[in-house]
Amino acid sequence: MKYTIPLAAALSAALWQLPAQAADLEVIHWWTSGGEQAAVSVLAREFDQLGADKWKDSAIAQGENARAVAYQRIFGGTPPGAAQFNTSRQFEELINAGLLQDLSSVADKEQWASFIRPPAIFGPCQKDGKVYCVPVNLHSEQWIWVNRKVYQQAGVTEPTTWQDFLESAPKIKAAGFIPLAQGGQPWQEFLLFRDMLLGMAGKDVWYQVWRDKNADVAGGSAVRKVFETMGELRQYTDQGMAGRNWNDTTNLVITGKAAAQVMGDWARGEFVLAGKQPGEDYDCIPGPSPEPYLTTNGDVFIFPKQKDPAVTQAQFKLASMLVDARVQTLFNNAKGSLPIRDDVDMSLADACIKKGLALLKRPDAIVQGYALFITPDTRGQIEDLLTEYWSTPDMTVDAAQQRFVEIIGDAD
Amino acid sequence: MAKIDGMTHSSLIGRAAVTPRSVSPRVRRRSTAAVAVRATAVVETQVDEGTAEALATAALQQLGQTDSVQPKPASRRRTQQRYGRLGIYGFLLLSALFFAIPLYVMIITSMKGMPEIRLGQLFSLPGDPTFAAWIKAWSQACTGVTCEGIQAGFFNSIKITLPSVALSILIGSINGYALSFWRFRGANLLFGILVFGAFVPYQVVIYPMIIGFREVGLYGTLTSIILVHTMFGMPIMTLLFRNYFASLPSELFKAARIDGAGFWQIFLQIMLPLAVPIIIVAVILQTTNIWNDYLLGLIFAGSDNLPMTVQLNNIVTTTYGVREYNVNMAATMLTAAVPLAVYLLSGKYFVRGIASGAVKG
Amino acid sequence: MSSSASQSGRAGAARKRWQWRPLLATTPMALTAIGIFVVCVVYSVVLAFTRTKRFPTFDFVGFDQFGRLWHTSRWLASVENLLIFGVLFIAICLLVGFLLAVLMDQKVRMESAFRTVFLYPYAMSFVVTGLVWQWMLEPSLGIQNEVRSWGWSSFSFAPLTDPDFAIYGVIIAAAWQSSGLIMALMLAGLRGIDSDIWKAARVDGIPTWQTYLFIVLPMMRPVVVTSVVLLGASVVKVYDLIVAQTGGGPGISTEVPAKFVIDYITERGNAGQGMAAATMMLLPILLLVGPWVYNEYVRRGARP
Repeated sequence: MKYTIPLAAALSAALWQLPAQAADLEVIHWWTSGGEQAAVSVLAREFDQLGADKWKDSAIAQGENARAVAYQRIFGGTPPGAAQFNTSRQFEELINAGLLQDLSSVADKEQWASFIRPPAIFGPCQKDGKVYCVPVNLHSEQWIWVNRKVYQQAGVTEPTTWQDFLESAPKIKAAGFIPLAQGGQPWQEFLLFRDMLLGMAGKDVWYQVWRDKNADVAGGSAVRKVFETMGELRQYTDQGMAGRNWNDTTNLVITGKAAAQVMGDWARGEFVLAGKQPGEDYDCIPGPSPEPYLTTNGDVFIFPKQKDPAVTQAQFKLASMLVDARVQTLFNNAKGSLPIRDDVDMSLADACIKKGLALLKRPDAIVQGYALFITPDTRGQIEDLLTEYWSTPDMTVDAAQQRFVEIIGDAD
Repeated sequence: MAKIDGMTHSSLIGRAAVTPRSVSPRVRRRSTAAVAVRATAVVETQVDEGTAEALATAALQQLGQTDSVQPKPASRRRTQQRYGRLGIYGFLLLSALFFAIPLYVMIITSMKGMPEIRLGQLFSLPGDPTFAAWIKAWSQACTGVTCEGIQAGFFNSIKITLPSVALSILIGSINGYALSFWRFRGANLLFGILVFGAFVPYQVVIYPMIIGFREVGLYGTLTSIILVHTMFGMPIMTLLFRNYFASLPSELFKAARIDGAGFWQIFLQIMLPLAVPIIIVAVILQTTNIWNDYLLGLIFAGSDNLPMTVQLNNIVTTTYGVREYNVNMAATMLTAAVPLAVYLLSGKYFVRGIASGAVKG
Repeated sequence: MSSSASQSGRAGAARKRWQWRPLLATTPMALTAIGIFVVCVVYSVVLAFTRTKRFPTFDFVGFDQFGRLWHTSRWLASVENLLIFGVLFIAICLLVGFLLAVLMDQKVRMESAFRTVFLYPYAMSFVVTGLVWQWMLEPSLGIQNEVRSWGWSSFSFAPLTDPDFAIYGVIIAAAWQSSGLIMALMLAGLRGIDSDIWKAARVDGIPTWQTYLFIVLPMMRPVVVTSVVLLGASVVKVYDLIVAQTGGGPGISTEVPAKFVIDYITERGNAGQGMAAATMMLLPILLLVGPWVYNEYVRRGARP
């Protein structure tokens, strides 16, 4: 018995003197579809090549599931080394609770603020002059993906506005195609709603609803029109919609069963994997909206505070690597997302990415993403509302909009 | 209201057997044998206080009869006419078909290739049976980016299930023994809370439990999920053993006490050996429950120990590539294999176990 | 009364002397009973009255969380679904279980084979059950398509795609899983009925079906109560089945309270709201089960 304590002390002293150990850095993310997997492999490979530390992959299908696990792990005191979140308010409580590693030593040294653009995507990472996350890409959601051959066979032109879409949809349906491929998960229904809100009501209404939480605007005629149109779209989808994943839905467009899908720019990866050519087999159309917009959504990594200093060192290393110009090139080319810095060679990018890059150069086209303004709680309420509205044709526009107004009015 | 096991043939037998002043060894042996699963009873019926008397007569009469299937009165045999019999068999066969079809569909789908599945013939036998999907499900299917199949989940489930079953039965048997023979202050209240706990939805206590495990630095570890299963299994395990021990003749206990045996001595040397039948029931019950758990594993096991059910759901909902229904069904079969095997091998012990779990959800 | 009650009087003195041993031996029980089922439950209920988001705060807001909860369409739908599910699931299981048990009681051949087939689904987890039935009910590859291929092209059976019927698709799966259990319980109950009853019924010339319905069934009340308790306990906890089979959809048509709570305490990060929902789940159990447990185990606890 009496040897125990000195022995333990000696042991821990010995351990203390060992050089910094190589660490396994566990990274939680939800990049599990084909195109996404290729991109995350780039990050893992690059990180492993930096030295002794290892990327430990923890991929969890579905964003909400992955975030739920990350929250629980951080909350439960066994945080992962890094976790993917959206460029949003999703992690502000973690920052306030002091659970995230302050990265400002690295960020200041490398002067991240000087090259990360647009500044809106760096905003959620910063608080009181400190840096708590690393933006890795920009994803714009404002796209409709169309199968060219389906439109040709149906004898209609591809839509540039929602009005166009509604006019051509009956003809496409008559030609035996699904006019609108829509996945059956709440986040996809919300995505469709946002696409229509920006595409139909424009940028000002967008900011008034999300940023200002203006209940009058949320209850106004512009938003009403969005609810109405969304209701009309129900008849242009198919029966297999319930619970369907976004990529299974994209596959309907790829295989020519459906004419179009509203989805973020990550859908491009599925077309590429299927060997399809933009402008030939498929098209990516911003919007549909009269003015093309680029919403500043994207992904960030957060780095929860660790007990083991070796892991903390590895976190700093990964943070620095993620913004590196070369890694940004490799990663974003693989993922089909837009890089967070300007000095990145995207010459290999296909037509769809180039459309996004061109929009990124026009300040008036850049619109800040909704997620910068609302909490996951509010988002969840809106998703519940929209998924109910979308799947309940009996629900009136008035009732749906009334609830939307209440949610926006109560949001913090 | 319903009682949990216990007040059944076995306890009635116990009661009947000890009524005489002296208990012969033969009777005592018989009563414990009867407590063990009886060939007649598919399941121990649950008797409540109000109607206990009526069934007590029945059970006591049954005691006098053989242990084989109770003979039917001749009257019923006469009414069993030919068409009636056909109807009975017809209905039973149709029902059996309904119950069996999902298993059949799972198996044949898992042995088809994807092109064949896309033909949409749900019930047709595989044209070219293959186990490729099973191999893929076991060792290659992707849960996210790691494509190591469901085997990791299988071994995790074993790592979780074995210690949880052992620990919960150990604690449950000690509790049951202490509650049956050693009445101590607060015992009834504690036990009442525990029984109530069997009905409390996990959702009510999960959030504080996460905080609790975080405070002691155990959250997301193998230890935490084993403790969680032990704690949530405690109500039913305690009930099971308490009712069982209470049905044993109290002379056993008294004799041991007069011989000077202590708390642990009586437990280890007398009660535990007598409890073998109920331990078997408990093992089956807990193995099935813990293996089939999803929610607790998802929340408490930590990413290194996710049980098979969670891995299964991850494989099926993963957005990687096209959905491979054959692989999904093979993974589903693999996950169901262990409880299915337990069920097929244990037969009536299994039924007795779930019946004992009347308060377990 | 029972054995342990009869011995309690005589061995009293010796027991007092050794009382610390059983107390020590049941420490894990005390910790679980108090720690989990009292402290954690109370903690959850207290949080339901606070502004707690992701991390517990004791910033009390009265009944605000409950106000919002009962104003939330998804919660109302969850409660409604739970009621529909609960009533139909229990009714179907009892009906099917009793019917099968009666038929099995007619001295059928291969009784054990039938029993094995009826009962195996109960060995399956709800996750497995949900996935299998999701596949069976898939509109383009499942039962609907199969029947259409037989020539009945207008046949429509895809409940999981229709918000009005999705919950029934879930009920089918759940009843498939649990009916066999009720059959087994009922069959045991039937076998426990006094054979004199049958003799008497025959003498009085009562048809078999009437004997089952009007004489035997009332005698089996305890078995029915057990079955209802057993099924009822699993109704309140239903979660895995929904997650695996429908994910709560289409829309919010198959949402249940248990899933509401989990979503709010995890990804949505509003534990106050989640705990308000959890408290509402606890309330009926407290009211229904509490008095029974107290009466049965605490007050009259001497009698196991």
